[in-house]
Amino acid sequence: MLSIKNLQAKIGDKQILNGINLEVRPGEVHAIMGPNGSGKSTLASVLAGREEYDVTNGEVEFLGKDLLQLSPEDRAREGVFLAFQYPVEIPGVSTINFMKTALNQIRKHRGQETLDAVSFLSVMKEKMKLVEIDQSLLNRALNEGFSGGEKKRNEIFQMAMLEPKLAILDETDSGLDIDALRIVANGVNKLRSKDNATIVVTHYQRLLDYIVPDFVHVLYKGKIVKSGGKELALELEAKGYDWIKDEVAVA
Amino acid sequence: MSKDNQLLEEITSKEYEHGWTTNIETDSAPKGLNEDIIRFISAKKNEPQWMLDWRLEAYKKWTKMKEPKWANVTYPEINFQDVIYYSAPKQSAKAKNLEDVDPELIKTFEKLGISLTEQKRLTGVAVDAVIDSVSVATTFKENLGKLGIIFCSFSEAVHNHPDLVKKYMGSVVPVNDNYFAALNSAVFTDGSFCYIPKGVRCPMELSTYFRINAANTGQFERTLIIADEGSYVSYLEGCTAPMRDENQLHAAVVEIYAMKDAQVKYSTVQNWYPGDKNGKGGIYNFVTKRGLCAGDHSKISWTQVETGSAITWKYPSCILKGDYSMGEFYSVAVTNNYQQADTGSKMIHIGKNTRSRIVSKGISAGHSQNSYRGQVQIMKRAENARNFSQCDSLLMGDQCGAHTFPYIDVENNSARIEHEATTSKIGEDQIFYCLQRGIDEESAVALIVNGYAKEVLNQLPMEFAVEAQKLLALTLEGSVG
Repeated sequence: MLSIKNLQAKIGDKQILNGINLEVRPGEVHAIMGPNGSGKSTLASVLAGREEYDVTNGEVEFLGKDLLQLSPEDRAREGVFLAFQYPVEIPGVSTINFMKTALNQIRKHRGQETLDAVSFLSVMKEKMKLVEIDQSLLNRALNEGFSGGEKKRNEIFQMAMLEPKLAILDETDSGLDIDALRIVANGVNKLRSKDNATIVVTHYQRLLDYIVPDFVHVLYKGKIVKSGGKELALELEAKGYDWIKDEVAVA
Repeated sequence: MSKDNQLLEEITSKEYEHGWTTNIETDSAPKGLNEDIIRFISAKKNEPQWMLDWRLEAYKKWTKMKEPKWANVTYPEINFQDVIYYSAPKQSAKAKNLEDVDPELIKTFEKLGISLTEQKRLTGVAVDAVIDSVSVATTFKENLGKLGIIFCSFSEAVHNHPDLVKKYMGSVVPVNDNYFAALNSAVFTDGSFCYIPKGVRCPMELSTYFRINAANTGQFERTLIIADEGSYVSYLEGCTAPMRDENQLHAAVVEIYAMKDAQVKYSTVQNWYPGDKNGKGGIYNFVTKRGLCAGDHSKISWTQVETGSAITWKYPSCILKGDYSMGEFYSVAVTNNYQQADTGSKMIHIGKNTRSRIVSKGISAGHSQNSYRGQVQIMKRAENARNFSQCDSLLMGDQCGAHTFPYIDVENNSARIEHEATTSKIGEDQIFYCLQRGIDEESAVALIVNGYAKEVLNQLPMEFAVEAQKLLALTLEGSVG
């Protein structure tokens, strides 16, 4: 589904990604872990198409398309979803209105009919249940005055609405207490299927207790230096990141 | 006798010099402004003597006044002798069919979702469409007439309702109120007149809609709305379609007179030609709009969406004379490219327990300058007056400017005044967030801007609000990134 080959990227003069290789197949959950500044969020941003980052080398193929050639909105329409680490506020625009605009533009792109208000609301009600979110929150201006937990839950709700093929969760656990974490993770798990894939970017193993990955990759200095199964996350949790750094230094 | 002949000759030759005969045929006055031009305009409109006298008086005052320079706008000196002060609608060349109309204009219409018939009407193409709207207007007029509501052009009112016009014209905006109001008083060509009788609630939104061709005539419109005791009217001004008016100078006057318990809601969507991307051309829009809450418990509410004009100079105001009277001003002013806007409101509290509310949302993009200028004045006898003002500015890009000039003048200790102001930028982050959800950049800007202006747009009548939303998006198209 997603095939990243030797991906290199920089912001300004600063090289951040130094040759990432990653294969993601439908149905899989990949966790990307690593110490602060290792390039985790940059990878998520580059995949989503943030303009500040310059891709200097490498290829990314997504469902047979050259992802790097697509505009950010076309990536989203093709099925890439990024759950933001810091969801932005848009005053005066309700989540409902925002999602209706987004969903209809995506449907148009996919050659589906756009939804009228009534059918949109019925889809919305269904997804609300799935991710345990209250309509009062969705009536409010997008993320404005939301708590950290509400923002993240709102991200997962949006993910449920847009039904992406590939979801990238960027530090979705940051700023969440344990209850919020569980609700968010439950939502993600319910959305898992054999047809879609998830990349979970996280610093801590905690989230992976709830969203159990098939693969764990350790990112360090812009490269994946170690890959393994879910037990690798536990090892990292127990030993910290230093032993990885040492391994890299020795190699 | 020979002296008389000489004088006569002088006058006739002078007329010839100005090309009267030709111009009468083409329904247009020669350039420049003098008493003769005013007589010409008045004669063209077949006006009674009192109206002509009023104009001449205004002209005299105007010649003694100076053009105001305090606004935060810069433009080349206007040569008032280089302006044509009267030209009839038929004088402008009309396209015979839609193919002859500027394709860019058609594209804009399509984006606004304006129907074909509507497009024809707006561009003045189809005669049938015009006839259509005339007949529609007549039907409405009859219905309104049954309620005693007078809604007609200003010229008609001068002929058919001289007492009302004489009594109220200039009662809210005196002839010598300001330079442009004086100019308008001297040369105004037409406009709307509206009278709502005692206790009548006008059952429909009154709009200049049906008289769009007439409105096209003049750069100098004059509107007078009189709401008698306990009446209500909602009035819509302007056309949401981008009319490419080539006239450079536009100086209108709007007067609203609200008696006891009367309520007037006045909504404007202004979309005059803003000039091109490099700031060439466009309308200089100098407008005086003022409402007088003359009676107790009266209320006047202004809502404006300003997207056009190269220069905007406009301060819809309320004089709160009646006790418990209330004034409101809701504004969205958008400037893009090289547009300049200096706009805001004045709330003059004279009566006891008067209240006013100002909500101003400025949006600047491109190289434009957008200023809010507001005055809240609490007079000595205005016990317990209250004002709330909110002035927000939204900046797009780093070449534009937003300015706020609030003046607060309080002479009574019991007043309560609140002023809030914010400045924000459309962030790359906000745009990217939208893009990542599959929303294209144009729609993203539209969403964000409409969200920002929501409080004001909510004040507009429904259909108007929808078009205003589209218009905002259209005005700001391509201004991000």
